Amino acid sequence: MNDNKVIQVEGLTKKFGDFTAVNAITFEVEKGEIFGFLGANGAGKTTAMKMLIGISNPTSGKAKVAGFDVFTHAEDIKKNIGYMSQKFALYDDLTVKENIAFFGGIYGLSRKKIEEKRCQLVEDLGLGDVVNQLVGSLPLGWKQKLSFSVALIHDPKIVFLDEPTGGVDPITRRQFWEMIYKAANQGTTVFVTTHYMDEAEYCDRVSIMVNGKIEALDTPKKLKEQFKAETMNDVFLKLARG
Amino acid sequence: MLQNISFDVKPGELFGLIGPDGAGKTTLFRILTTLLFADEGIAKVTDLDVVADYKAIRNSVGYMPGKFSLYQDLTVEENLNFFATIFGTTIKENYELIKDIYVQIAPFKNRRAGKLSGGMKQKLALSCALIHKPKVLFLDEPTTGVDPVSRKEFWDMLKRLQQKGITILVSTPYMDEAALCDRIALIQGGKILEIDTPKAIVKHYPKPIYNVRANNMYQLISSLNSYEHKHSVYPFGEFVHYTDTRTEFNPKELKMYLESKNLSNIEIEKTTATIEDTFMELAK
Repeated sequence: MNDNKVIQVEGLTKKFGDFTAVNAITFEVEKGEIFGFLGANGAGKTTAMKMLIGISNPTSGKAKVAGFDVFTHAEDIKKNIGYMSQKFALYDDLTVKENIAFFGGIYGLSRKKIEEKRCQLVEDLGLGDVVNQLVGSLPLGWKQKLSFSVALIHDPKIVFLDEPTGGVDPITRRQFWEMIYKAANQGTTVFVTTHYMDEAEYCDRVSIMVNGKIEALDTPKKLKEQFKAETMNDVFLKLARG
Repeated sequence: MLQNISFDVKPGELFGLIGPDGAGKTTLFRILTTLLFADEGIAKVTDLDVVADYKAIRNSVGYMPGKFSLYQDLTVEENLNFFATIFGTTIKENYELIKDIYVQIAPFKNRRAGKLSGGMKQKLALSCALIHKPKVLFLDEPTTGVDPVSRKEFWDMLKRLQQKGITILVSTPYMDEAALCDRIALIQGGKILEIDTPKAIVKHYPKPIYNVRANNMYQLISSLNSYEHKHSVYPFGEFVHYTDTRTEFNPKELKMYLESKNLSNIEIEKTTATIEDTFMELAK
């Protein structure tokens, strides 16, 4: 396997009874790439993502994530990826510090390593004053930035972000993207879904799913050329009305 | 949650409350729909007081909460019938008003509401909020988490309802939807930052604003952020929106600085502010 391809997917399919949620999708994602995974509600994004993170068995096809086969090595995948769900998934009734310790522990980090990560993370996010506060009391934007940092606590090869910025204010949304750029610049692959089409422009490459299939995949610039559109929003509107 | 806010909405207007989660939008909706008492101040809806005349208000407004609040174990048709009956009317009597929307979910009228897709739930909720022919429609984040195609369709529906004379108060965290309203209030942290037409709000932007592009987005943002004369640096799609602290700003100087940071393919062009730029400037 080529070390630079952190996600390799070929003909990946998921059926629920007669319904084909994901229909033979094929794509690759490279190390350090920011890959936008777009599609209308119900197009099959979440189902596809669940297969890639090892929590749903594909019906057919092939997929390797972080070098591991989704059919045979789902547990190894889970150890080597980070995941941030659209629903806030830290513990509201634990403090910032306790959440970091908890998730660090889950991923098997040593106490020393957790301590090190905590100091770095608290400094990067400017959370020094609230480190002993319950996470539930923090504003949404801070929570999302903390969630992202926690998803990266075990230095995963890939981080999967499922609509990470929904409802977040525009300034925080941009700070969040700066964190994404930084992670990608340090070699972490970022796999992200979003409904904000300006965010699609921030991705290195973008795929658009329509009715279970990937109907377009390229850099935002080339997609705009291909669909003779001014913005990614126009590309999406032209394509996704499936 | 809300601090000393004042505004009014004209009859037949499509008025937008634009702000992120936690801005106070839902609290405001709950006060105006008589579901929550304000600590201070007065509010009137269709000339009726939200405290003294709460019963009359409830009969003349429609409310679609942000969270899906219909009966999951009733079918589409049963839900609609239920809401019509509660308000002492029938589906038939006001069918004309919801026809456009309801025909899209009518094929599933015997399906339980809990089994509908997100887009269909939204259409059913809107139908139920309209079935008693309200004068004012309150829509709390109807498009949050909805894809751009369905969002566009939803706004087309709102425009048609407005043409039927219904006043609409709608909240959204999507700044691009602000342009579709007649007037908007930008809201954050319980305070209204500004109220005006979308066009006027954009004109109030205080500084010349530039699109900057280079070969590496992350290095471009970092370099601009450490530039001594920067006022604001925000990624906007394929560009970064940049404003400078000086009144006499020379793009060539910035270009030289960026080149010194080893960036290439640098483009700097003047652009016009968007509502999002204005929001961020006011929220700073």
